[in-house]
Amino acid sequence: MIELLLQGVLLGGLYTLFALGLSLMFGVMRLTNTAHGDFIILAAFGALWLAALGLNPWLANVAVLPLAWGLGYCVQRYVLNQTLGKDPVPSLVVTFGLSIVIQNALLETFSADPRSIESHGLNTLSWALTDSLSVGVLPILILVIALLATLGLQWIFEKTRLGRAFRAVSDDPEIAELMGLRSKNIYALATAMAFVLIAVAGVLQGLRTTVAPADGPMLLLFAFEAVIMGGMGSFWGTLAGGMLLGVTQQLGFRFDPGWGVWAGHCVFLFLLLLRPQGLFPKTR
Amino acid sequence: MFPGDSNIVLHTRDLKAFYGDAQALFGIDFEIGKGQAIAIIGANGAGKSTFLKALAGLVKVQATAVNWKGQDIGGRLPSEIVRLGLALVPEGRRLFPSLSVQENLMMGSESQRKGPWSLERLFNLFPILQEKRHQPSTSLSGGQQQMVAIGRALMSNPELLLCDELSLGLAPLVIREIYNALPEITAEGMSVVLVEQDVSLAQQMTQRLYCLQEGRVSLQGISSLLSREQISQAYFGQ
Amino acid sequence: MNHILENQFAVKRGHAYTGFLLVLAGLVVSGAASLPLWAESSWMHEFVQIACYFIFALMWNLLAGYGGMVSIGQQAFFGLGAYTMLILGNFWGVNPFVAIAIGGVVAGLVSIPVSRIAFRLQGGYFAIGTWVIAEVFRLSFSNLSLVGGGAGTTLTALRGIDKASRESWTYWIALLCVVASIAIVFVFLRSKRGLALLAIRDNPIAAESQGIAVGSMKLAVYVVAAFGAGLAGALYFVGNLRISPDAAFSVNWTAFAIFMVVIGGMGRIEGPLIGSLVFWLLSKFFSDFGAWYLMGLGALAIFTTTYFKQGLWGYAQQRWGWSLFPTQRRLVFLAGPKT
Repeated sequence: MIELLLQGVLLGGLYTLFALGLSLMFGVMRLTNTAHGDFIILAAFGALWLAALGLNPWLANVAVLPLAWGLGYCVQRYVLNQTLGKDPVPSLVVTFGLSIVIQNALLETFSADPRSIESHGLNTLSWALTDSLSVGVLPILILVIALLATLGLQWIFEKTRLGRAFRAVSDDPEIAELMGLRSKNIYALATAMAFVLIAVAGVLQGLRTTVAPADGPMLLLFAFEAVIMGGMGSFWGTLAGGMLLGVTQQLGFRFDPGWGVWAGHCVFLFLLLLRPQGLFPKTR
Repeated sequence: MFPGDSNIVLHTRDLKAFYGDAQALFGIDFEIGKGQAIAIIGANGAGKSTFLKALAGLVKVQATAVNWKGQDIGGRLPSEIVRLGLALVPEGRRLFPSLSVQENLMMGSESQRKGPWSLERLFNLFPILQEKRHQPSTSLSGGQQQMVAIGRALMSNPELLLCDELSLGLAPLVIREIYNALPEITAEGMSVVLVEQDVSLAQQMTQRLYCLQEGRVSLQGISSLLSREQISQAYFGQ
Repeated sequence: MNHILENQFAVKRGHAYTGFLLVLAGLVVSGAASLPLWAESSWMHEFVQIACYFIFALMWNLLAGYGGMVSIGQQAFFGLGAYTMLILGNFWGVNPFVAIAIGGVVAGLVSIPVSRIAFRLQGGYFAIGTWVIAEVFRLSFSNLSLVGGGAGTTLTALRGIDKASRESWTYWIALLCVVASIAIVFVFLRSKRGLALLAIRDNPIAAESQGIAVGSMKLAVYVVAAFGAGLAGALYFVGNLRISPDAAFSVNWTAFAIFMVVIGGMGRIEGPLIGSLVFWLLSKFFSDFGAWYLMGLGALAIFTTTYFKQGLWGYAQQRWGWSLFPTQRRLVFLAGPKT
């Protein structure tokens, strides 16, 4: 039982990383990026591609991050900014279109085979906690990164000038403009940050297990469930949501391999019915 | 015609404004000099708020419609206009609910203009704000929120302050407290445009007055010289 | 001067060509009904395919364009209608053609409890939430060994009929479904309920203040859209004979519907019609290009949404005032003011 919970929490760490970028983009600009999961996969393939070009694999993993920053900034500035407004349809359609384009572009370039990023044994290393209990080093690392990322985001939002700008623009973009903020720029910065988180999640996913071009939508749904269950407007909430999803799925997997993901979906829908505002919503 | 004419900092010529297909302003001519306080009065829907929004860039107008210190600034982005020295205290306060009092004030300094206004000076002007500086802005009373809104605009060190219905929803005592601060605000030569529902207050606090009626200027003149009859005719239109 | 305003204006919905177009439509449908007598069997199969795409898109459009609810999970009802038809046909001996209608009804009924959960969310989150629900359906049926689990199964109920008859009947049922779907949506939108829907779409709070029951209207649209999706799903697999959860509950259905509606035009009946024809043409000529074809569709959808928001038919309507299925109301003055 303890082992199950532990595995769930570790999985939750990964799901939190999937979810933080989504939470950030929705928090600042009410934008739902249906290509979110596909960008995670794209980042993983990006690292693979850079390594294939001859770059040192570990350097490749890190190099994806600034590239993700640039991509996020440009995607928001030149494509997604046009879709923002009262109507949710344009952003949904455009990001859905992006999802299809990315999946198929990856399919053309890399074929449908699942691949993983070379971890040189890191993904098999384990650490014995007790005589009967041991955990993987990589999952622990992922959890630590997730915690740091959550802490970091929370700190940026609460204590920095950029975070203040994010909150202002999220509250009232018109009045934020009146203060001298250029919302187009702020939105682009938010997406740039979100994409860095997405890249981190993608690389870690690739290290931990395999990635394939069609994996994106599944990851989007996990990220989404973590955000909603945790409660909107709070990064710690997203962490809690990720944990809950991880534990639920582990319980489901233990029951029967076919029921793991299904269990997560069902708990999500159940929680939505009973407590739609999530576990730790920030009151606005 | 009026002392200080040569010091006109802002004038509008034939300013027209639309909300979609509906025309709200039909050609407003307006001017204000350095250090002047001018009031704009009129019934609801006359276009007073629209006029201020047009000056601040929230409503698009023709480039030549608004001239600030020799430059045509009509239709520019609000973020550019505040950098040029015009600041709007919006109707209904519109503070940022997710930010504390102090953070709201700090937002005002995003335009990074140099000048005499700072957090300390604002706290001197409105001491209650210092007491509540870390509280969420939504927890303050109406009058205190109005102080924050004014302070936020002042933090951008404007040369022209646009105030949209400062007294809306406030008790007379609170209104007086806010307007008492006005002389200190304009002491260094800041110009002020006051949109006001309360006509006698508007006449008291300003040197000149414009009256808008259905999107047009129906009356303008020296505040202290305009009679009750003149104003009410212009207000309601005959 | 006395102005008597009574009887001086009327609200009209049709236009000069309405009568002509109705006759034309009647001719087209009769002509289409005769197809099995003279056309190749592949044509009929194609038509059934297009019919399913069209009905699904029409219903998705009703939900999004008129109900204001963008769903990425309508495939849940598509697959549910299909599997209902399959179970009734294979295990209860129900005539599959009849089972198509039942499939639609079951999908419509199931959408009622589903809406209790789905309606907890709004906007973009509603869209993804419906996707989760569709995934639950897919995974559930994948684990149902009765219908072959993840591998799927075949529709055995039509084994007794010869190929030609089966294809003809499938074709006629498809034609019937298309006409019925258009009729349902057209009548619905022309009615007062349609007007109410438009009001809700534009401003729900104002609509509520005018006495429109926003909640039950939204539910009504959701149920009708689910019924239509279920109908399309059941029809598709009668035409296809082989079913699997991944095919029946694939998100690609919604992707194609979105594409058709975006290209054709949102919020109009003619839009999905144009869109499904364009989609069918594109797939005829370019689907061999596989991944490139899909990338092209995606890029086209992005381009159209950004620069051509109203879609092809919307553009035609704005530019030239065309309208095939008029649902808009125009105020017409009958005579000059009396003095």
